[in-house]
Amino acid sequence: MSTVELDVRNQAGLPRGAAKAAPRTHRSFGDPAFRVITLICGLAVAIAMFTLAGVLIFNSWTAISELGVGFLTTVAWAPSNGRYGALAALAGTAMTTAVAMLIAVPLALVIALLLTELVPPGIARVVGTGIEMLAAIPSFIFGMWGLFVLVPFMQESVAPWVTESWLGQVPLIRPGATFQGGGFSILTAGLVLALMVLPYITAFSRDVLLMVPRVTKEAGYGMGSTTWEVLRRISLRYALSGIVGATFIGLGRALGETMAVAYLVGGDFLTVPKSLFDPGTTVASLIALQFNEATTALDVSALTALGLVLFVITMVFQVVAHVWLRRSQRTAGGRA
Amino acid sequence: MVGTKVRERPDTGQDVLVAPPTEVAAARATGDDDFEALESIISARHLDFFYGKEQALFDNNLEIKKNRVTAVIGPSGCGKSTHIRTYNRIYELYRDHKATGEVIFDGRNVLAPGTDLLDLRRRMGMIFQKPSPFPMTVFDNVAYGLRQHYRLSRSELADRVEDALKRSALWDEVKHKLGEPGVALSGGQQQRLCIARCIATEPDVVLMDEPASAIDPVATSKIEELMESLKENYTIVIVTHNMQQAARVSDYTAFFYEGHIVEFGPTTQIFSNPQQKQTEDYITGRFS
Repeated sequence: MSTVELDVRNQAGLPRGAAKAAPRTHRSFGDPAFRVITLICGLAVAIAMFTLAGVLIFNSWTAISELGVGFLTTVAWAPSNGRYGALAALAGTAMTTAVAMLIAVPLALVIALLLTELVPPGIARVVGTGIEMLAAIPSFIFGMWGLFVLVPFMQESVAPWVTESWLGQVPLIRPGATFQGGGFSILTAGLVLALMVLPYITAFSRDVLLMVPRVTKEAGYGMGSTTWEVLRRISLRYALSGIVGATFIGLGRALGETMAVAYLVGGDFLTVPKSLFDPGTTVASLIALQFNEATTALDVSALTALGLVLFVITMVFQVVAHVWLRRSQRTAGGRA
Repeated sequence: MVGTKVRERPDTGQDVLVAPPTEVAAARATGDDDFEALESIISARHLDFFYGKEQALFDNNLEIKKNRVTAVIGPSGCGKSTHIRTYNRIYELYRDHKATGEVIFDGRNVLAPGTDLLDLRRRMGMIFQKPSPFPMTVFDNVAYGLRQHYRLSRSELADRVEDALKRSALWDEVKHKLGEPGVALSGGQQQRLCIARCIATEPDVVLMDEPASAIDPVATSKIEELMESLKENYTIVIVTHNMQQAARVSDYTAFFYEGHIVEFGPTTQIFSNPQQKQTEDYITGRFS
């Protein structure tokens, strides 16, 4: 029966010569070809990683062999005096990143929860888009804004007010010997960093919170939970791994951010900051600012070694995050 | 309505057509209940429901009897789930869902403003179509409501969790897995875990919204057995697509069609001697 029908349709509709459709051949090539392509792409990522690490190690070998562990324990970066120390920059990176994450993560979580659970959908869409646009602004702009707006504000209003009050006696706030008024400081850089990583963490957290199944939330409310209890005990638990992932994306960005921080952090390569209001430097901004002035092979090699240190730090954080996530999934069983 | 498919779930009910009336009658002899004399725990009166502007329930009147199993049957989209979702006001999570009329529970209209929703929902537990374990361990799942509603010592909590799991016929299967994630259990076990979580807080009523439609037949029969034993302490309202299931587990049955309650009565009567033509057509599979 079907043959007859086919013939009729061929005569009626299809051009001559197309009467009999040729069977498609070579279909079996699709899968192997796809496999090869994905394999190549996957390998490319791995190769890029290892090459990067290899080049960093190779180029910093002179510094590693000449300076040894002292590179990490020496404070000041003063090549003209023959001193290559990463400690001041490492401390600055740790402090600016800590400030940024302490501010950005809680804020991002609150915003994400508001957007997914509490605010009417229309408003949530507008605000969500605004936050995503914040992520698209080049870091240079953040640096400019910090320079023209935040630095004077910190210098004229915040720093004097805080340091002269009783807070000024608290460690980490009490100004150190290098205090320059608090405008260009660890805190200023950290605040701008917080603003820069906030949209990333918010957007990713919102996406994972949106994936909490409706029925799971309904079951929570059905148990007589308040909105807060459902958010805290169910939605956040469910989305935890995604939120941690989002945090690490933000952390990676904060650790590596260069130009905005280089503008604002004060450029003190010589001392470990004693206070949030002291100037300092970070690993990334130190590399950026010193590369033009590097004259000897050792200068360049030492700067590359700084890059290697940053690379290792971010890798360690990634590994720790993965291990922690896997452990928390074993007990909680949230989504990957 | 010619050719309306009544059977939507070939996976669970291979043959949804109901067993011959005499068999049903022999299996369950509940006709001797005196309906009028039994205490109603829930009374829906003139209940209407709206999804935005679209009306989904029309003047629903239904008496749920204490310590009995009431089945709610009908083709999909007829308002079965919508109806029971008014009892614990879970529909309120969505902005444009509205219910009018009365749902009297324990002498009070739960739809009235000022109802303590948290306590209402503790007293009316709900089991959903899809097993919904929380992202935490088996133990913490069952302890969830206990921690929320009661102040218990560690050992009391452990006792109550064990008790709830035993009454849900799950204890023997999970007693060595209490520290594992709830989602690691099989689908049927997850659904019994949800039942354990629900009855742990000692509700008066358990609302089951197609509890067996997403799990396999063996797990389904375990849940049906469980309902038989739970009925001693709880009132159960079960929404189901599967008419054999309704006939097996329930004392009373309400047949819904297009938002109206067409017929309500003892299950034996609904299945052996329906008064309405629509009911008869539905239960015999001749839906037209």
